Amino acid sequence: MGNVKRYDNRLGITGWLSGGRWGVERYLYFIHRITGVGILLFFMMHIFESSLRVFGPATWNAAMETLEHPLFKVGEIVVFCGFAFHALNGLRLILIELGLAVGKAEEPIYPYRSSLNTQRPLMVVVMIVCSLLIVAGVYDFFLGQ
Amino acid sequence: MRETAYWTWFIIAGIVLFCLVGLHMMIMHLDGLLGIFNPAGTVSLAWKNVLFRNKSLFFTITYIIMLAAALYHGFYGFRTILFELGLRKATQRFITVFFWIVGIGLFVFGAYAALAAKAMKI
Repeated sequence: MGNVKRYDNRLGITGWLSGGRWGVERYLYFIHRITGVGILLFFMMHIFESSLRVFGPATWNAAMETLEHPLFKVGEIVVFCGFAFHALNGLRLILIELGLAVGKAEEPIYPYRSSLNTQRPLMVVVMIVCSLLIVAGVYDFFLGQ
Repeated sequence: MRETAYWTWFIIAGIVLFCLVGLHMMIMHLDGLLGIFNPAGTVSLAWKNVLFRNKSLFFTITYIIMLAAALYHGFYGFRTILFELGLRKATQRFITVFFWIVGIGLFVFGAYAALAAKAMKI
C-alpha cells in the first residue's frame, strides 16, 4: 500500500453504512453492492450445479433431491429477492447514469431545484415494483411446496 | 480509455442481464404463477422441462450469452469494489488478470455444458 495516499476522513468499507445523514439512495447503494457480490458467489456455484444436467436424469434428480434441503430453499428465496432488487435498482442506476432520470439541465436560479425531485419518485416506483416482484416470487415459492 | 471500454461493456452486460436473467427468473422462479417454457407441468426443475429447454436452440444461445454477460458484469463489479479499497497498481493488475482467467475458465465450462446438453441423446 506504499504508494496510496491515505486521508484522515477515509471511511473504507465501514463508510458504506456509517457515513452520516445519508439519503435512502445511499443505503440502496450499499444493498446493491452486497446483493451483487452475493449473486456473483451464487452464480459461480450455479454454473457447476446446473451443468449436472449433462449427466442425465438420474444425476439431475439426485442433485435436485439434495437441493430440497431447507437451507437451500431459504437460499433460493434470498437469491430471488437479491436478484429482484439488484436488477431493478441497477436499471434505475443506468437510467440516472445515462442522464435519462435526472431532469433537464437548467441555470441555477434561487430557489434551486434539485435533480432529486426527479430521482426520488423513480426510486419509489422502482422499490414498489421490486416489492411486488418479491411478493410474487415468495408466493410462487410456497405455491410449489 | 480501456477503463471506459470496460465500464461501457459493464452497462451493456447489465441491460442484457436485465432481459435474459429476468426471463430466466420468470421461467424458474415464477413457474407456478406463469408456467412459461415448462411444457411438462409447473415444476421448472422437473427433468422433462429441463430437457425441453436443453434441446431448444433459443435456450442454448441465451444461456451462453447470459453466462458471458453475468460473468463479465459480476467480475467487473467485484473488481470495482476491490479497487475502491485503495490497492497498489500491481495488486490491481493481478486482480484484473486473475478475474479474466477465472471468468474465461467458467465461461468455457458453462458454455460446454450448454452445448453438451443440447447434443445429448436422450
